[in-house]
Amino acid sequence: MNRTPPKPCKPIRSSPPFILPLFFPAMSDELDDLYQDIILDHHRRPRNRGTMEHPSAQSEGFNPLCGDELTVFLKMDGDKIADIKFTGQGCAISQASASLMTVRIKGKTVAEARSEIADIKALLVAGDEPLIAVQERVGDAIALKGVRKFPARVKCATLSWHALESALAGSGKATTE
Amino acid sequence: MKKAGTQAKSASRFDVAAVREDFPILDTQVGGHPLVYLDNAATAQKPQAVIDAVSHYYSATNANIHRGVHYLSAEATDAFDRARITVASFLNAAEPRECVFVRGATEGINLVASSWGRTNLRQGDEILLTGMEHHANIVPWQMAAEATGAVIKVIPVTDRGELDLNGIDKLLTPRVKLLAVTHVSNALGTVNPVRFLIQRAHAVGALALVDGAQSAAHLQVDVRSLDCDFFAFSGHKVFGPTGIGVLYGKAAVLDKMPPYQGGGDMIERVSFEKTTYRGLPERFEAGTPDISGAIGLAAAIHYLAKLGHAAVAAHESDLLAYATEAVGSVQGIRIIGEAPEKVGVLSFVMENVHPHDIGTVLDNEGIAIRAGHHCCMPLMKRLGLPGTARASFAFYNTRAEADRLTAALVKVRKLFG
Repeated sequence: MNRTPPKPCKPIRSSPPFILPLFFPAMSDELDDLYQDIILDHHRRPRNRGTMEHPSAQSEGFNPLCGDELTVFLKMDGDKIADIKFTGQGCAISQASASLMTVRIKGKTVAEARSEIADIKALLVAGDEPLIAVQERVGDAIALKGVRKFPARVKCATLSWHALESALAGSGKATTE
Repeated sequence: MKKAGTQAKSASRFDVAAVREDFPILDTQVGGHPLVYLDNAATAQKPQAVIDAVSHYYSATNANIHRGVHYLSAEATDAFDRARITVASFLNAAEPRECVFVRGATEGINLVASSWGRTNLRQGDEILLTGMEHHANIVPWQMAAEATGAVIKVIPVTDRGELDLNGIDKLLTPRVKLLAVTHVSNALGTVNPVRFLIQRAHAVGALALVDGAQSAAHLQVDVRSLDCDFFAFSGHKVFGPTGIGVLYGKAAVLDKMPPYQGGGDMIERVSFEKTTYRGLPERFEAGTPDISGAIGLAAAIHYLAKLGHAAVAAHESDLLAYATEAVGSVQGIRIIGEAPEKVGVLSFVMENVHPHDIGTVLDNEGIAIRAGHHCCMPLMKRLGLPGTARASFAFYNTRAEADRLTAALVKVRKLFG
């Protein structure tokens, strides 16, 4: 069952699948998978970017290898994440991932957020191809899957999710190491 | 005019195509593209002569040194000792015993910070660094300062990436016991006026250490002309193996320093009551050293000598000027580090594109650069940047490779709009 999962948003940049691989080295396709239009869009117009006054929880994510820093702020309403924001700087992947995350997480319960985090880890962390069920569940965040082919960049994509995880756990700091 | 003519002549004598044949790795294909290796400031590639020297050592001479009476041990000892003589002449040290084999520049600096620093630094003494040091020339001093109560002071950096020497008189006071400065900035390529700084340090009674990790591959180092008390460099950045480096120290200074690590080979006599140590350099070389590394490093130095420094320097300076202009012309690119005297390094940023994204797209074109803070977080903070993209050159790089870099940067610009 090697069926390709339905893509939630068709990347415009991606070229006709039957012709391109014959003429271009495979790497270019991988680059297109990495910098899909959703990623570039969230990089250029990050959603929920900014600080938050009196957050219920916040956590700082740090990638010591590249120096990227990112802070996630949560405003809780009971068990629900009523609002989520992020600040920081980093590459297109880390910024887009944080932006996509905020869109996915806003309005979810803590338990739902934890299960989203687990899905993203399964999606990004090297190993077997993630289950199709996972790929269907993550919505637009499927665009992050391209980093699997770029081991050096996986931590860029997971940074914000680590920060969210430690914010939910009430710990102020997360690192990709 | 005459000087330019000579330079042009020596540049034309440098046959880069022939030189590239000496480096087997340069034939690598990356995803269907010929490799363009522009990460030489991180580590340089190795000529066949170095690979052969290391391989010959293990296939024909391998034995431990300084202790066996047998044939192979004598051969290995002889090759190791000759490597030290080669290193001494490379640095123009007065005597080979002033050259201590270490793992690399980092260990060389740690040796000084640990042995000299913890014996000589007192509460309130000052260690003077610069704002463009690599973490390897910051952290060992912080550790020594923590242990002794000494204080770290920093020579600031200008927006153009040069040392700001306006306030040097205020910084270099008799409280300073040691100046530790990088010869060439690994992040920017800036060549620092180390000879001037060393004179000034000596004038207030301080010692001076030069971090030569980036300079040894590009400049002709003369430790006696610099008059530095210490000079540290890494073998792998001068086309030698990883795991070997050299700490040069003036004999008079090294002689007064206690051992750095204890073990075999560094002792005269050991009893449980008292141990006496050997002289220089063995006192600082506990345990079996990286014998093959020292031999490989010597082979690299001989290889460089055969190329000739003048020809290499002329080619590199032409290449850096060419690449700076070509890369600088790409829309949205800003060159970081505009000191008039630079070697080897072209650091830049692109508007609205993070250096890591540049690095990934370039890798996709077979071009290897470094992206990030280059182990210079304080410098990046000073320049207000999260990091830079850094192309760093060696004598085997070509103008055609600089053109491929430029073309790939145009693609990056298009991708990120």
